[in-house]
Amino acid sequence: MTLEAFAEIHPPLGGQAAVVEANRCLFCFDAPCMAACPTHIDVPKFIKKIASGNLRGSSLAILDSNILGLSCSRVCPVDVLCEGACVMHKYNKQPIEIGRLQRHAMDHFYSNGARLPVSAAPERSQRIACIGGGPASLSCAAELRRQGFQVTVFDARPQAGGLNTYGVAEYKLRPVDSQLEVEMIRSMGVKMEHGVDVGTSMPLDQIEAEFDAIFLGLGLGPTEPLAIPGEDSPAVVDALHFIAAYKTGIDTDVGRRVVVVGGGNTAIDAANAATLLGAEEVHLLYRRGESEMPAFAFEYKHAKQMGIQFHWLTQPVAIHATSVECVRMELGAPDKTGRRRPQPVAGSNFHIQCDMVIPSIGQTKLLRFLEQARGVELRNGAVVADQATGQTSNPKYFAGGDCVNGGREVVDAVAEGKRAALGIATWLT
Amino acid sequence: MRAFDAGWGGAVWKTLGDPIVNVSSRYSSVDWNGQRMMGLNNIELITDRPLAVNLREIAEVKKRYPGHAVIASLMVESKREAWHTIVRQSEDAGADGLELNFGCPHGMSERGMGSAVGQVPEYAQMITEWVKEAARTPVLVKLTPNISDIRTVARAAKRGGADGFSAINTINSITGIDLDTLTPRPDVGGLSAHGGYCGPAVKPIALHLVQQICGDAESKLPVSGIGGISGWRDAAEFILLGCGTVQVCTAAMHYGFRIVEDMIDGLSNWMDEKGFRTIDDFVGLSLPKVTEWKHLDLNYKIVARIHEEKCIGCDLCYVACWDGAHQCIHLNGAHHTPAQVESAGRARITSTPTGKYPPYSTPVARIPKVDEAECVGCNLCALVCPVTGCITMERIENGLPKESWEDRGRNV
Repeated sequence: MTLEAFAEIHPPLGGQAAVVEANRCLFCFDAPCMAACPTHIDVPKFIKKIASGNLRGSSLAILDSNILGLSCSRVCPVDVLCEGACVMHKYNKQPIEIGRLQRHAMDHFYSNGARLPVSAAPERSQRIACIGGGPASLSCAAELRRQGFQVTVFDARPQAGGLNTYGVAEYKLRPVDSQLEVEMIRSMGVKMEHGVDVGTSMPLDQIEAEFDAIFLGLGLGPTEPLAIPGEDSPAVVDALHFIAAYKTGIDTDVGRRVVVVGGGNTAIDAANAATLLGAEEVHLLYRRGESEMPAFAFEYKHAKQMGIQFHWLTQPVAIHATSVECVRMELGAPDKTGRRRPQPVAGSNFHIQCDMVIPSIGQTKLLRFLEQARGVELRNGAVVADQATGQTSNPKYFAGGDCVNGGREVVDAVAEGKRAALGIATWLT
Repeated sequence: MRAFDAGWGGAVWKTLGDPIVNVSSRYSSVDWNGQRMMGLNNIELITDRPLAVNLREIAEVKKRYPGHAVIASLMVESKREAWHTIVRQSEDAGADGLELNFGCPHGMSERGMGSAVGQVPEYAQMITEWVKEAARTPVLVKLTPNISDIRTVARAAKRGGADGFSAINTINSITGIDLDTLTPRPDVGGLSAHGGYCGPAVKPIALHLVQQICGDAESKLPVSGIGGISGWRDAAEFILLGCGTVQVCTAAMHYGFRIVEDMIDGLSNWMDEKGFRTIDDFVGLSLPKVTEWKHLDLNYKIVARIHEEKCIGCDLCYVACWDGAHQCIHLNGAHHTPAQVESAGRARITSTPTGKYPPYSTPVARIPKVDEAECVGCNLCALVCPVTGCITMERIENGLPKESWEDRGRNV
């Protein structure tokens, strides 16, 4: 089994096609696509530069707002962001292919030496530690470096990039592309410490003593346990481990019949990956109904096209040697989030035959680490940070990304990392 | 012959003459926003093939298509004998008319032919007279636009006995420069020369010059309209300004004679809709509607009106009015400058929506409002609006009587 099965879900545009598409853009003023983008990329600006044949200018316009413009162009749920906001929906219906145009410009940038303009900012002596090597930290580090600060990224994994490297489905973003961005940020002068697990191998106290400000961009922990009998079986592999293992080529084995548990975008990624890796049947169990499923509509559609079998109102209660035992659910009164709470139907137990189970019911909070950060207020396990500056209740600590927002898109992490960098810069000067 | 089969009634056979010289390459074009050949430029002179071959072919075409008009386009040295000879040869071959190429702006003009003749009324008159001495068929003089007042040559040609005009010939042009080699296009071994510009881009210029000729009592002769005609709408416009026939070249070079079908079909459907039975029913109907600025009503007042239900929120009208007009279109009910609007946009904190799916409706704040008291009725917003019928220009009844600049001068 090779990863060749993972053909790109959105193949690149050819040069001529990109120009034709770019010319279709109306060049809206204060464009809705730009407003919808958490990083506020000036979309009409970079698109018109594609049309004018100024690809370098186009790529720099993107990077100016979003240093991870390459990965965002591939992984962003553009349907609900820029392309969802495109005025073309109300005009000739087909939105501009903003994601693919952005990718076109970014591919040009990375295939022409990934040269950023030389920063005019004077060097500053203040040191900032970014904990975590994912999109939030990388974005924060790049922006601070651009302003002349001394930045070190600490990452527990052997390679930086976070979920861009280890967690995003292969047909959206390959680890090599994530590494291009990491290398570009390193070339800006950001130091990267790999395999350093702050809080265990490196005490937080030491970081606090050595650095003037700390950015927490450590994301979330492993997948939440199902907390049902049989979960410790070797046939149970949590979704993030499963995706990281196949993406890094460590383990591309998959069962013949696979059951994925959960209704989010990661569950869909895992189910699709299982299919692409050769599973004959892939079942996805979700305890609520189709309309309550949190995955994006286009992800659901993609999974249906891949032949994933969806089981609504179904919850696993035990894992056996050759099956998952499930129970039917019904929706009761709304809970505090306003969603109707699912409740088991007594005596409705049934079995789905399988030889692999992939839980994907959300990630745990990294409480053990976060509690070491003294004076940083947590709420429901998430760091409380000011929306505009990323500053926490301990003024030396700033935070952004999944550890603050509970798990959103790459582009949200990039935006929060950058806002925190601006907050740090303001606080330090 | 393909054009005749496709439905055209006649052809101008371009261009018979002597001597025969040409270069390669010969054409260059201007693309616009991804569309090819908005304008075409050529540095081609006349036909590459010997006169004898052309004459033989004219005779053959006339034999096969006796009912179709073939007009020979002519350009020779400014000698009476040379003109007499080519006129005779063309007519002997069967040409139904002659078009004197007094317009070619490149190459030939340096040797006293083409627009070198067309820019000097005396020469134009003289050569027209020479041709008329020999000609038995109607003589059209093709006019160059590369002149301050096209009517001076038109009047001279009329005095020389011309039976009609064709207008316009191509416009002096350099279409662009190759930014790698720094050589203008078309490149002839590292050098270029100015050429003649044609195609859709020149239509407005051509319409104006046609109106100048057709609206001039001293130039009054039949006119064959030329200049960027690509479809039936263009043809109708030239005819409305007084042309009895039109000529098409660039569009056929671009798409082939397939364009003929819709030129006929579209024009015919439009004529039915308007109740015109023949071309003559609408020749020149728009001429009386072109006047001099001094006769326009200064008290006629229109303002822009934005139809909210059609607005897609692109705000192109807003920025156009602010940066390019009278700053009377506003967003969100407030008089914010574009810079203020943009910086507010950048300061907004957005995150990926959950549970809300597009298409999103146009936020009310993005629907522009017109300050009608400030609006001067310039049309710019309606021109930039991508949605048909979203911005209309509405008449404001101000109760004032019609008053032109001329009237006002008289009234003071």
